[in-house]
Amino acid sequence: MDLLSMTAVELSQAIREGRTTAPEALAAVFAQIEAKEETLHCYITIEKEKAMQRAQEVQAKIEAGELIGPLAGVPVAIKDNLCTEGTLTTCGSRILENFVPTFSAEAVELLKNAGAVIIGKTNMDEFAMGSTTETSYFGVTRNPADPARVPGGSSGGSAAAVAAGECFFALGSDTGGSIRQPAGYCGVVGMKPTYGTVSRYGLVAYGSSLDQIGPLTKDVADCAAVLSVIASHDEKDSTSMKREDTDFTSALVRDVKGLKIGIPRDYFSEGLDSQVKEAVLKAAKVLEANGAVLEEFDLSLVDYAIPTYYTIAAAEASSNLERFDGIKYGYRADAEGLHQMYKKTRSQGFGEEVKRRIMLGSFVLSSGYYDAYYLKALKVKAMIKKAFDDAFVRYDLILGPVSPTTAPRLGESLSDPLKMYLGDIYTISVNLAGLPAISLPCGRDDQGLPIGLQLIGDCFSEKTLIRAAYTCEQAVKSAGEADAGQNTPGESAVKDGENPQTVKDETVADSKTGVMTSAGKEA
Amino acid sequence: MANIISDETIEYVSILAKLDLSEEQKEAAKRDMGRMLDYIDKLNELDTEGVEPMSHVFPVQNVFREDVVTNGDDSERLLSNAPEEQDNMFVVPRTFE
Repeated sequence: MDLLSMTAVELSQAIREGRTTAPEALAAVFAQIEAKEETLHCYITIEKEKAMQRAQEVQAKIEAGELIGPLAGVPVAIKDNLCTEGTLTTCGSRILENFVPTFSAEAVELLKNAGAVIIGKTNMDEFAMGSTTETSYFGVTRNPADPARVPGGSSGGSAAAVAAGECFFALGSDTGGSIRQPAGYCGVVGMKPTYGTVSRYGLVAYGSSLDQIGPLTKDVADCAAVLSVIASHDEKDSTSMKREDTDFTSALVRDVKGLKIGIPRDYFSEGLDSQVKEAVLKAAKVLEANGAVLEEFDLSLVDYAIPTYYTIAAAEASSNLERFDGIKYGYRADAEGLHQMYKKTRSQGFGEEVKRRIMLGSFVLSSGYYDAYYLKALKVKAMIKKAFDDAFVRYDLILGPVSPTTAPRLGESLSDPLKMYLGDIYTISVNLAGLPAISLPCGRDDQGLPIGLQLIGDCFSEKTLIRAAYTCEQAVKSAGEADAGQNTPGESAVKDGENPQTVKDETVADSKTGVMTSAGKEA
Repeated sequence: MANIISDETIEYVSILAKLDLSEEQKEAAKRDMGRMLDYIDKLNELDTEGVEPMSHVFPVQNVFREDVVTNGDDSERLLSNAPEEQDNMFVVPRTFE
């Protein structure tokens, strides 16, 4: 039995039915880590013995009928900005190189209660600031589809680990696209839930008004299962929402009849790679063939999302990162006097990108500039939210690409931060508006690199997102199967050269794209 | 570049940010910040007159709870993360003579 080709939900079922065990599944993951980790470097910390002991405990509980959920016995990887009691939590930074939390994040606690087995902590851009996982103090992570490429970021370690079979699913965090973009680059499913759906308790804060924890998984069914477990109202996070129905697996239905999907023209214009555009529009056609109604529209304000985001995120980061001062935990530099110690500790402990954002944030919040920059950004944020509100009066979902291109080569992005920021153009406004969005694989480019499709919903509409994503995924899968024994989405990233996600119907290049093509001629 | 960041501004911001920058880093920071602000200035194209600033996407108010202790004494474990500790306290560099 090829355990690694199973999804998380399939694996837990196999364990419950006695076809395999939690320790066996974990051993399979460790063998994969042994084979791949040296090249990919998905993890900062791996706790082999602790995980094996945990797998054995979970196995006993499953056999005793005490653990029956869809994640029981399933090996999971956790992004290294989520606190894990007794396990190193670095945020990819030197300043937390030796930090061992005394408690676990609420989302981690919920996964543990569900019987998931934590393998270790995944690599990430330092303090989640970056789009490539290259700003980590602990070295870069490479894309399983092509190790010369970045996995995206900031949850790059989590996305690469899922794609490479170095775990069955992972948790990430998304402040401006940090779950969706690496999911897109690595060919896995990633979801950023509605703000407040998953408790941020124990998530090391970057931009508190934008941060949200979410799943990175092999397919949509796993995404729904994980979200159902981690969504909770938590008194320890005052921004967490009380949501009525959090069984998202009930939305795993192949039906989009009558679903109104808006396609923003502004997401298909300047800067969008033509192959990405083609794959995303093919996926839209798949949904249309299944009964969805597509319509193009102008979302507006798209070009203002990035400057708004960087002002707000940098401001919040400069404030949130004040706590790293060398007193209570983490790295401390030797220096005479308290003030000198603060400055030296922070200067030596933080990397370049983090310092850049702290400086910008301190500036936009400083007296004399607060109104012109920070307050202005909060006003534009209100306008962006309004633009989405208007769109959701007419549409159930918005469909577009996750990123303008497929994964860039290592080193290509860091030389020009502004250019790197522009790569977040389609993901960032979702965080500003607090919306849920899902990224799922929709094909590959001629280099074999995964392309991500993004579906954006109105607040609290995760079920609609999951239903549409599931429909799209299943339709593509059956087309693939009909086309002759292709592999599943989960495996796709590990098997180089195959192209299971591409929709085979070549006739789709049409009617609706008329406008797109003209709008996209600069692409 | 429209935004020219002066030495004084960088000095002031680095004090706010509690960062010690070398001369070379200051020059880079001036360049980076100037470029970012040029980009952020794009927001001035929009008329935001009368728009309420939005800090939170949902209309949530302050969330209160009773001020009661629910966790136990965890000082020993917490102090185990301290760069330096003594007698159940964090040790810091001398702050006054």
